[in-house]
Amino acid sequence: MTSGDLTGFVTPGRGRGILDVLGHGYLLRLLIRKGTATRYRNSVLGWTWSYVKPAAQFFIYYFVMGVVLQFHRDVENFAVYLFAGVVAINLFNEAFGNATSSIVDNRALVRKIYLPRELFPIASIIIAFIHFLPQVAILLLACILLGWTPTLLTVGAFLLGLLIVLMMSLGLGLFFGALNVRYRDAQNFVEIIRMLSTWASPVLYTIAMVQASLPEWAFRLYMLNPLTTSVELFHFAFWAPTTSAADYADTLAPSIGTDILTSVGIGVVLIVIGQLVFRRFERSFAQDL
Amino acid sequence: MSEIITQHRPSIIVQDVRKTFQIRHTHSLKEAFVSWVKRKKVGSTPFHALDEVSFTVAEGESVALLGYNGSGKSTLLKLVSGVLEPDSGRVLTRGRVAGLIEVGAGFHPDLSGRENVYLNAAILGMNKSEIDERFDDIVAFSEIGEFIDQEVKHYSSGMFLRLAFSVAIHVELDVLLVDEILSVGDAPFRQKCTEKIHELAQAGKTMLIVSHNMGMVQELCERGVVIRKGRKVFDGPIAEAVEAMNAK
Repeated sequence: MTSGDLTGFVTPGRGRGILDVLGHGYLLRLLIRKGTATRYRNSVLGWTWSYVKPAAQFFIYYFVMGVVLQFHRDVENFAVYLFAGVVAINLFNEAFGNATSSIVDNRALVRKIYLPRELFPIASIIIAFIHFLPQVAILLLACILLGWTPTLLTVGAFLLGLLIVLMMSLGLGLFFGALNVRYRDAQNFVEIIRMLSTWASPVLYTIAMVQASLPEWAFRLYMLNPLTTSVELFHFAFWAPTTSAADYADTLAPSIGTDILTSVGIGVVLIVIGQLVFRRFERSFAQDL
Repeated sequence: MSEIITQHRPSIIVQDVRKTFQIRHTHSLKEAFVSWVKRKKVGSTPFHALDEVSFTVAEGESVALLGYNGSGKSTLLKLVSGVLEPDSGRVLTRGRVAGLIEVGAGFHPDLSGRENVYLNAAILGMNKSEIDERFDDIVAFSEIGEFIDQEVKHYSSGMFLRLAFSVAIHVELDVLLVDEILSVGDAPFRQKCTEKIHELAQAGKTMLIVSHNMGMVQELCERGVVIRKGRKVFDGPIAEAVEAMNAK
């Protein structure tokens, strides 16, 4: 019975990975709508929480770093500096965290119906992006009040920083999301990464301080973190134009060109590894959940 | 039977399929150590849910998978739907495969009936225009009426199952996999479901049905495959298959 004509036959359950998501655009839209519509169901304040949480976080950081440790004397418009970095890291933490738990959260579907499972981490990253927008709106408002005007360069820096964050979230999210199905330890490990992300990038301090206190090799290592690059790009896009610096490109580390290339490279490598691991583990999702 | 197979190209090919699950005896390092000290089993023993199972289903044919609980029928259906992958052998399908397997898996209690219909039909592989076209039929079939815009969590369990089933049965498909689903709702609704499945069979859809309801199976299928402890023990006309199943 194998000798027959097998054209038109497919092996069920074999997809083309993240490319399959393109063919399921409508389903992806509905999953995103479900995620955003049900997120604040049964809560009185609803979407306000998307503003309240980052605001609370911002004020505590500002109080400790700005007022207690007196950073706002060294860094002009420290509030904007701080918030631009917080927004970038929040997006990463939210997207990465959601992507990691997305497969386990959708276990009812994953166990019973075959659909490209990459849809779940990707939908959760897009949902995180949608919740990132109100925060950017507040940041923009503050910047505009301080005389910020968009230029091609700052908008480009913002988009590039965004791209790096999203690439990192997707690569790591696929990797840990797949691992999390069999080993729930992944979730705890991801918690640690998320906790460190704020401190391992120049959100609460400046790169100059790191350079001054670390030996050269350690500083290079620090700069390899793609999140550092994207936080820098966010600073350049929002904070730098509001300062009195004549040439605000000076606020960037001198190695920014190579840093961007390295970060995008790391992002691509993480996505490839994440996808490969995801494909490897996907075969046993239904029986491990 | 062989006539049917030679007349039509197959829609489902299951060839030498084996599926093994590992039964783990210990779930933590501590447990493993204690078991080791007590000289009990450590690690895992393989359990052959399916062992060298082969059969084909021709296009337009309705085949019943028969067997007692735990014989591997549902595992086999999951292999055909692509949820699981075989450890060896292969499964091939042709055309759009849809399953009446645990309908309602994708329903979200906080969304309205309408939103859930769209979401689940999309999960089952339909695009927007296909759903728009069938939406009224789906609602009419489910007899939900004006409750369609209410949140699903306020539905009775019967209403919920009727809507879920209605979505699944209206999916555009070539091959339908049915797993013990026709126990849904009250007698009139069950009757309606059976009729709908009959209608699909008449329309030339291929079907693979798992059920313990011998009466219904004999009504819907012309052929039966009997599985016992993961092995195929009989493949032939449905009446004989039911006998083979009961003969033990």
